[in-house]
Amino acid sequence: MSAIEHPADAPPSGITRWLYATNHKDIGKMYLVFGIAMFLVGGLLAELIRAELLTPTMRVLSPEAYNQVITVHGLVMVFGALMPITAGLANYLIPMMIGAPDMALPRLNNWGFWLLPPAALLLVMPWGLKLIGIGNGTLDTGWTMYAPLSIQSGPGADFAFIAVLLLGLSSTMASINIIVTILNQRAPGMTMLKVPVFVWSWLITALLLVAVFPALMAGVIMLIGDRHFGTHFFSAAGGGDPVLWEHIFWFFGHPEVYVLLLPSAGILPHILATFARKPIYGYKAQVYSFCVIGVLSIVVWAHHMFTSGMPPAANIYFMLSTMAISVPVAVLFFCWFGTVWRGAMTFETPMLFALGYIVLFGIGGLTGLVLSDAAADQQYHNTYFLVAHFHYALFGGPVMGVIAGIYYYLPKVTGRMYSETLGRWHFWLTLIAFNVTFIPQFLAGIAGMPRRIPDYALQFWHFNLVSSVGAFVLGASQLLLVYNIVRAMRGDGEQASGRVWEGARGLEFTLPSPPPFHTFTTPPVIE
Amino acid sequence: MSAVTDEHGHYFVPEPSPYPVLLAGALFLVGLGAALLVNSFALGWAPLAAGGGLTVYVLFGWFGRVVGETRAGVYGLKEDRAFRWGMMWFITSEVVFFASLFGVLFYERNIAIPWLASFSGPHSPLSAYAPWPAFHVAWPSSGPAGKPFGIVSPWGIPALNTLILLSSGATVTWAHAGLRAGNRTRLKLGLALTILLGVTFLAFQAREFAHAYDELGLTLHSGVYGATFFILTGFHGLHVTVGTIMLSAILVRAFKGDFTPQDHFGFEAVSWYWHFVDVVWLLLFVFVYWL
Amino acid sequence: MSKARVLSAGGAIPVLLGPAWAHARAFYDFQAPVTPIARDILFIHDLFLVIITALFLIGTGTLLYSVYAHRYRRNGIPATFTGPVGRKQWFWASFPFAVLLVLDYGVLGIPALHSILALANTSGSAMTVKVTGHQWNWQYEYPAYGIGFTSTLSTPQDQIADEAPKDKHFLLEVDHPLVLPTHEKIRIILASADVIHAFWVPAFGIKQDAVPGYLRQTWVEIDKPGTYRGQCAELCGVGHAFMPIVVRAVDQVAFNQWLSREQAVAAAQRAASGIAYTRGQLVTAGRKVFDAYCAACHQPNGLGLAGAFPPIAGGHPFAAAAPMIAALRARGFYRAGDIVVGPIANHIRIVLHGIPGTPMPSFASQLSAADIAAVITYERNDFGNHTGETVEPSQVLAIKTGH
Ligand code: HEA
Ligand code: HEA
Ligand code: HEC
Ligand code: CUA
Ligand SMILES: [Cu+2]
Repeated sequence: MSAIEHPADAPPSGITRWLYATNHKDIGKMYLVFGIAMFLVGGLLAELIRAELLTPTMRVLSPEAYNQVITVHGLVMVFGALMPITAGLANYLIPMMIGAPDMALPRLNNWGFWLLPPAALLLVMPWGLKLIGIGNGTLDTGWTMYAPLSIQSGPGADFAFIAVLLLGLSSTMASINIIVTILNQRAPGMTMLKVPVFVWSWLITALLLVAVFPALMAGVIMLIGDRHFGTHFFSAAGGGDPVLWEHIFWFFGHPEVYVLLLPSAGILPHILATFARKPIYGYKAQVYSFCVIGVLSIVVWAHHMFTSGMPPAANIYFMLSTMAISVPVAVLFFCWFGTVWRGAMTFETPMLFALGYIVLFGIGGLTGLVLSDAAADQQYHNTYFLVAHFHYALFGGPVMGVIAGIYYYLPKVTGRMYSETLGRWHFWLTLIAFNVTFIPQFLAGIAGMPRRIPDYALQFWHFNLVSSVGAFVLGASQLLLVYNIVRAMRGDGEQASGRVWEGARGLEFTLPSPPPFHTFTTPPVIE
Repeated sequence: MSAVTDEHGHYFVPEPSPYPVLLAGALFLVGLGAALLVNSFALGWAPLAAGGGLTVYVLFGWFGRVVGETRAGVYGLKEDRAFRWGMMWFITSEVVFFASLFGVLFYERNIAIPWLASFSGPHSPLSAYAPWPAFHVAWPSSGPAGKPFGIVSPWGIPALNTLILLSSGATVTWAHAGLRAGNRTRLKLGLALTILLGVTFLAFQAREFAHAYDELGLTLHSGVYGATFFILTGFHGLHVTVGTIMLSAILVRAFKGDFTPQDHFGFEAVSWYWHFVDVVWLLLFVFVYWL
Repeated sequence: MSKARVLSAGGAIPVLLGPAWAHARAFYDFQAPVTPIARDILFIHDLFLVIITALFLIGTGTLLYSVYAHRYRRNGIPATFTGPVGRKQWFWASFPFAVLLVLDYGVLGIPALHSILALANTSGSAMTVKVTGHQWNWQYEYPAYGIGFTSTLSTPQDQIADEAPKDKHFLLEVDHPLVLPTHEKIRIILASADVIHAFWVPAFGIKQDAVPGYLRQTWVEIDKPGTYRGQCAELCGVGHAFMPIVVRAVDQVAFNQWLSREQAVAAAQRAASGIAYTRGQLVTAGRKVFDAYCAACHQPNGLGLAGAFPPIAGGHPFAAAAPMIAALRARGFYRAGDIVVGPIANHIRIVLHGIPGTPMPSFASQLSAADIAAVITYERNDFGNHTGETVEPSQVLAIKTGH
C-alpha cells in the first residue's frame, strides 16, 4: 500500500499542514497560539469588567451583559487559555523530553486540538445571534453554572453547555494521549524515575482530567435535561437538589485548579535549575508531591460550598482535608527554594517570571489556606477576597509559570532569541501592575464587597479605582509578550543555539533550535 | 503480520490526516444543531443532519484507514501497546462517567430525599415553614410535587435482560478463545451470537421504555426517580447500541479475513468495551431495578 | 489580640495605604462584629493574617536572600546537592512541614471547629424569622406575629443611572428593613422562591445560602443596636447586585412598639383589599410597585429585554427588525407583550401565579391584592397600552381565592 508510508521529514506546506497535522510539534504550536489568543480575548473581557468597576456607576456594561462577560472571562481563561497553553507545552515538549518520535496517538492528538475552536465559537456565538435579535446573549451564570440559575438562563446557556461537552471531549482525548505517551513511548533506559519533572506533572494532570472531566460532562447533560427534557435532577419539586450540581461542579472544579497548577509547577524546577546552574533539588519529593496533590484534590471539593448549608460534620471534613493539601504544596515550595539555594543564579526573563511565580503563588496558596477555614469562609466566600485569592493562584501561579515557560522555550521553538530588555520590562510591569490590581481586591473583600456585581456601594470605590488602573496597565504590558512572540515567530532576533541557556539540561536541549520536524526517530541513549 | 518493528525500533507516525479536523467540524455542527433544536429553532435540523452525516463519513474513513494500516503491517508491538493503553484509559473515562451517574442516584436517594423530608412531618422543628409539609421519605419517589407512577419490576424483562447480557459476555469470550485457537468459524459464530443477543437486549429495553411511558406513567418527568432511571438505563442503552455497531464492524472484518490468533487488537478493544457495558448493566440491575 | 491586630496590619498592606493609617484600618478590616459568631470569625481572621504574613515573610525573605547571595556574580560555582543527606539534614528538611501541620490543625483548626459547631446550633432561640430570597428582593416573615413584608432596594433609579448624586448608602438602602431585637437569640430560616441566593450580613458573621425548595437555618444574637447592611452573596441573575439586606437592630421595647405598628398596618392592608380605588390612584400606586418589583426584568421603560423578558409596552425594542422578529417569535424565541392588552383575568393570573418554568415569579405571597391591582392597572394604562381599564383589588382577590 503506497498510501501508507512514513511521513517525509519536512512539514507539508500550506494550510493543510495545520488542519491535518499529526506532528506533535505542529499540534503543540497550534495549541500555544490558540491559547495565547484566547488569553488576549479573556484579558480583553477582564478589562471590560475592570472598566465597568472603575466607578460605582454602570457606564460600560448593563447588568445582563456584565454577568455574561464575567462568565465568558472565567471560562475562556480557564478552558480556552490556560489549559490549551499547558497542553501545547505538553505536546511540544513531552515527546522530546522522553526521547520519543512523537505522541502515541497522533491523529487523536489532532482531534483533541481541533475540538477547541468549535467550543470557543459556540461559547461566543450567542453574542452574535443577539446582534441579529435572537436570544439574549450567552451564558450568564458565572463559570460555575449553578442550578437553578443555569436552568432559567436563556438559549445561550445551551450553547455554552455544548461547548463544555466539546471541551470535555477534547481534554479527555488529549489526556489519554498524554498518559499513553508517557507510559509507552519513553526511550529505552528512561525509567519513570528519570522522567523529567514536567512530564510527571503532566502525567498527574492528565490522570486528574480523565478522572473528573467525565463527571462534569455528565452533570452538564443533566442540566440540559432539566432545562429541556423535564427532568428534576436539580429541582426540589421532583426530589432533586440544586446543591447536587454544586457537588458535581466542584468535584470537577477543584481538581481542575490543580490541573491548571501542576503543569506550571512542573516547568518551574527546570527553569530554576537552568538559571541556578544546579540540578533540581528533591526530584522524588516533587514527584511524590504531585501524586499526593492529585489524590487529595479529588477528596476536598466541597470547600467551595461551606455556605451551602451542609451539615457541620461535612464542613469539618472538607476543611481538614483541604488543609492537608498545604503540605505537599509546601514541599514543592521547599524544593524550589532548595533548587536555587547556593546556585549561581542569573536573571533572564524566564527566571524572573519563575521567581515571581514563587512569591505570587505563595500569596495565592496562603490565602487559600485562609479560605479553607470553614468558619471564617462565612466572611470570605463570594467576596473579592476570594476573587483575589484565585487570581493570585491562577495568574500568580499558572499564568506566570506558562509565561516563564514560553520565554524559556521560545528560542527552542522558533530558533530566535526574544528581546531580553522587553522581556524584563514585561516582567516588572506585570509584577507591579498585578499587585496593584489584586491587593485592593483582598481589601475590598474584607471590607465586604461581594463578587459578581456590576455596581457597588460607595465605600468600595477606592479599592476598585486602584484595581482597575492596575488592570489596565497589566493588560497593556501583556502586549510586550505578544510582541516578543510575534517577533521570534517571524524569524527576527538573534539565532539561538541548541542548548539556548548555559545551564540547560534535558534531551530537548541536545537538539538544534528549532528542532527538526521529526526528532528521535531512533531513540536516544539515556545514561 | 505483527511485530515488524522490534521494541527499540521506530514508531509509526501517521501522515497528515483530514479526518480529525473533519470530525471536530462535524461535532461542531451536531452541537450547533442541538443547541438550536432544544430552543425550538427548526433550522437546527440542518446542521444536525449535516454533522451527523459527516461524522459517519469520518468514522468510515478514519477506521478504514486504521484497518488498512493494520493490514499493511505498519504497527509493531509498541503501537499495539499504545492502542491498548489508549482503549483502557478511554474505558476508564467512561467508568467515571457512569460512576457519576450512579453517584447522582445515591445522592438523590440517600441525601436529597431524606433532606427534603426532614423539613416536614410532626417531629421536624421546621415543619411550619416547609414548602411541602406532607412530604416523607420514599423510594421510588417523584419528589414532593411529582405525579405518581408505577415501577418496573426487576424480575420481568430486566432479569431476562441480565441473563441476555451475561451470556453475550460469555459468547464474545467464546469467540475470542476461538480466534486464539485459530478457529475462525467459532469466531464468526460467537460474534454473530453476541450481536444477536445485543440486539435482543435493545429490543427488550425499547419495549420496556414504551411500557414505562405508556402504562406505568414512569417518564423523564417522574421526579428524580424517573430522571435517574432513564438517564442511567438510557446511557447504558446508548452504549449497548454503540457496542453492537462496533461488534458488527468486527464481524465484517472477521469475514474479510482480518485478525490473526496473535494479533487482533481491534477485536479485543471491542470485547473490553462490551464487558464494560456488561458490568455497568449488572450494577444497574442491582441499584436501579432491584434495591 | 490587639497585638495580633497590629502585627497583621504591619504585614498585610503597607504598600497601598501608607499615609492614612487610621483611615486604612477601617478600610481593610471586617465590619465591627456584633454577634458572638462574628467575633469568633474576626479572631480567626486576625490569627490567620498574622500566621500567613509570617509565613510569607519567611518564604520571601529566604528567596530574596538566596537571590542576593547566590547570584552568579557573587557565587560563580554552584553547589550540586539534590536533596537532604544524613539524618540531621532530613530532620531540618521535614521540620517546616511539621510546623505547618501544627499551624493547620492546631492553631487554625481548633478555633474553627468551635465556631463551625456554634454556627450550626440554632437551638434555644427566642424568636424565629423566615427569610425568603426572591429575584430580586427579600421577603421577611415573623410567623409568630402574623406579619411579613418584602424588602426592596430603595436607591432611586436616577442615582443608579448616575443622573443624580449618590446617597451615602447607595445600593444599600431598602424600603422595609428587617427589624430585630437585640440581646436575643434569633433563629433565621432561609428559603428561596426561585434560584439560590445568599443572606449575608458581615457584622453578624453569617452567610447562608437560600436554596429553592429546601430550608436552611442560622442564627444571630445581636448585642448592639444599630443598622447593619449586607448584600445577597450568590449570583442570582441580573438583579443580584440590587438586593441588599438592611437590618435594624433595636432594643426589646422599641421592637415591641414596631411590632404593634406593623400588625396594625397589616390589618389595614387586609381591609383595604375590599375598597374600590380610582384609576388615577391605582396608576400612581402601581408605578411604585412596578419600579420596585417588575422593572428589574421588564425594565423601567417597559420594553423588556430581547429574548429574556417580554416587553410590557405594546411595541418592541427592535422595531427596525420587525419582520425578522415576527419570524423568530413564531419559533418561540421572542415574545412581545400581548397579555397586557388581552383579557384581564389572564393578566391577573400571570402576576399572581407567575409563569412556571420561566423567570416570571409568582407574586401572590409577596404583594397584596391592592398592590397587584395597582400594578396591573398601571401596566394597562401606561407604556402606550391605553386600554383605559381599571382593575380593582377585589377582582384580584376573586381570582386568588378561586371565586
Ligand atoms: C490554580 C488555581 C488554584 C490553586 C492552586 C488553589 C489552591 C488552593 N485553594 Fe483555591 N481557588 C481557586 C483556584 C486555586 N486555588 C479558584 C479559581 C477558586 C474560586 C472558584 C470560584 O468560586 O469561582 C478557589 C477557591 C477556593 C476556596 C473556596 C472559597 C469560597 O468559595 O468560599 C477555597 C477554600 O478552601 C480554596 C482553598 C485553596 C487551598 C487550601 C489551596 C491550596 O492548594 C494552597 C496550598 C498552598 C499553600 C498553603 C502555600 C504553601 C507555601 C508556603 C507555606 C511557603 C510560602 C512561601 C512564599 C510566599 C515565598 N480555594
Ligand atoms: C486563568 C484564569 C484567569 C486569569 C488569567 C484572569 C485574569 C484577570 N482577571 Fe479574572 N477571573 C477568572 C480567571 C482568570 N482571570 C475566573 C475563573 C473568574 C470567575 C468568573 C466568575 O465569577 O464566574 C474571574 C473573575 C474576575 C473578576 C471578578 C468579576 C466579578 O466577580 O464580578 C475580575 C474583576 O476584577 C477579574 C479580573 C481579571 C483581571 C484584571 C485579569 C488580568 O490578569 C488580565 C490581564 C489582561 C490581559 C491578559 C489582556 C492583555 C491584552 C490586551 C488588553 C490586548 C488585547 C488585544 C488583542 C485582542 C489584539 N476576573
Ligand atoms: C424575575 C424576572 C421578572 C420579574 C421580577 C417580573 N417578571 Fe413578568 N415576566 C418575566 C418573564 C421571563 C416573562 C415571560 C415568561 C414567558 O416566557 O412566558 C414575564 C411575563 C410577564 C407577563 C406576560 C407578558 C406576555 O406578553 O407574555 C406579564 C403581564 C408580566 N410578566 C407582568 C409582571 C409584573 C406585573 C411584574 C411585577 C409585579 C413582573 N412581571 C415581574 C420575568 C419577570
Ligand atoms: Cu439574590 Cu444574588
Ligand atoms: Cu478548590
